[in-house]
Amino acid sequence: MLDRSSATERENAVTSAIWPRNDYSRVPYRFYHDPSVYQLELQKVFGGATWSFIGLDVEVPKPGDFRASYLGETPIIFNRDEDGEIKAFVNRCAHRGAMVRRELTGNCKTHTCIYHQWCFARDGKLLGVPFRRGVKGQGGYDKDFDTATHGLQQVRVASVYGVLFGTLSSEAEPIESYLGEKMRDYLKRIFERPVRVLGYHRQRVRGNWKAYAVNPRDNYHASLLHDFFGTFGLDRTSQIGGLTMDPRHRHCVTWGRAEDEATRQKSLQTYANEQIQSSGLKLREPSLAEFLPEGPDDLSVAILSIFPNCVVQQIANSIAARQIRPRGPDEFEIFQTLIGFKDDSPEMTLHRLRQTNLVGPAGLVSMEDSEAIEIAHRASKAEGEEAAEVVELGGGGAISDRDYRANDVSVRGFWSYYAEILGIEPVGAQR
Amino acid sequence: MSADLLAVCSLLSDYGFYADGGKYDEWLGLFAKDCSYHVVPKENVDRELPAALIYCDTRGMLEDRIQSLRVVSKYNIHTDRHIIGIPRITTIGPDALLAEAPFSVYQTEQEGETRLFATGLYRDRLHRNGKGLRISQKMVVLDTFAVPSLLATPL
Repeated sequence: MLDRSSATERENAVTSAIWPRNDYSRVPYRFYHDPSVYQLELQKVFGGATWSFIGLDVEVPKPGDFRASYLGETPIIFNRDEDGEIKAFVNRCAHRGAMVRRELTGNCKTHTCIYHQWCFARDGKLLGVPFRRGVKGQGGYDKDFDTATHGLQQVRVASVYGVLFGTLSSEAEPIESYLGEKMRDYLKRIFERPVRVLGYHRQRVRGNWKAYAVNPRDNYHASLLHDFFGTFGLDRTSQIGGLTMDPRHRHCVTWGRAEDEATRQKSLQTYANEQIQSSGLKLREPSLAEFLPEGPDDLSVAILSIFPNCVVQQIANSIAARQIRPRGPDEFEIFQTLIGFKDDSPEMTLHRLRQTNLVGPAGLVSMEDSEAIEIAHRASKAEGEEAAEVVELGGGGAISDRDYRANDVSVRGFWSYYAEILGIEPVGAQR
Repeated sequence: MSADLLAVCSLLSDYGFYADGGKYDEWLGLFAKDCSYHVVPKENVDRELPAALIYCDTRGMLEDRIQSLRVVSKYNIHTDRHIIGIPRITTIGPDALLAEAPFSVYQTEQEGETRLFATGLYRDRLHRNGKGLRISQKMVVLDTFAVPSLLATPL
């Protein structure tokens, strides 16, 4: 690849020397603001040998169904071929770079760019161009013009229980080892049942995408920032729970077990003693915070984060897959697909729809996240090289699984893999 | 101007005034005893998908929303300003009306910066009781479904 950066940019490039500590318990604010870091991320994180979440198999049920998505900021289309296979390509015409498909969803046999009518197959191969032989023997393309070399850029797609991941890299490891067995099991736990899409939430946040990627990995904030949890007794740090990661510590699940009533009352008392619990407020519709057990275990909260852009969330009976879509260093979109299951009863569907109140931009346990990220982004913008955030709950040093909730260890796991991908791991780095 | 149109305009002007002023008891008072309130992204409406951003199918849930807003939610410190357009009214029963009105909400941050926060369409079912018109169902179809920052205060 051409190095288009100027000499000054190269001089200021991030290196392994940027890390104050090799266990990632200090993260320089520069990572959230520097445009050159962002360019590097588009190239190496979203354009490199990683797998990004792009959508769900169930969104394109029939041959010809397509949906628009993104790999980083690169628009892509995934669609279902005649043989049932899902194909994906970069949504940028091989001719003049226009978006070939302008609609976000639809069904079609081929994809034709409006600009000069170049027509592509569902696998991105160029089928034909107008005036190839010219008009009345004049103009047209040279004889050696080869349509085979002017197809749309291919995106490799892998499906894990119907959850679709894409990559532009031919060197990305197989999705099975990228995710690891435990993370695949957490996907299976939800997506093994036939899924039904209930709708979408979108949110634009004035912050950096990584602040959101690490947010669900941070167990520390959940019951402190989101007062709704503690106030109405839905989820607390004192609950039995913990943190489970893949062997490379790039992905994680933060989980919590449903409690019986006696345990619940006891832990509410712990909160009262810490003066965190707000009051004895009650909901008029308690079902809003009620967990109806389903599935193979008693987890009432399980939030799976997959590097770099995916969060799969179960909060009580609200289930969703979130795609983080970066839009420059200072903005990102959260694109959230809310799901239920095809075998849900009408009552369960209503229960899930009611619990969508908990999540998304208006979510009673999620709206605070974007506010926290925006005020951190604003306040850290003017900081110099030395200033760094603190990530140390559960101790520094080794990055490892925990069977308690008061930790943010997997935030350090995120940064360790990020540093590896960017090629800036410090000497003696924890992994 | 017909009496119905005037009454609906008056209701909508109270609605925006109470919401922007943080007078949530008065705002709730514009709703009927049995009511629903949904904020739905236009893309879900267009694709006939049921999920909403705010889904209150009972008055209790709407009151829970307001209680959460007052007591537990943390959100950007701001002022809202509702600009509500002229409603289009259809009579659907002896004491029932369907009112559809375009709206926009501007948000102004603490340091005086204003942005267009939301625009869309209200689809309200209203009914008349002894005290006047009340909202029995309100559906806010949100054109601005890529919600800027977050949605806490009522649209």
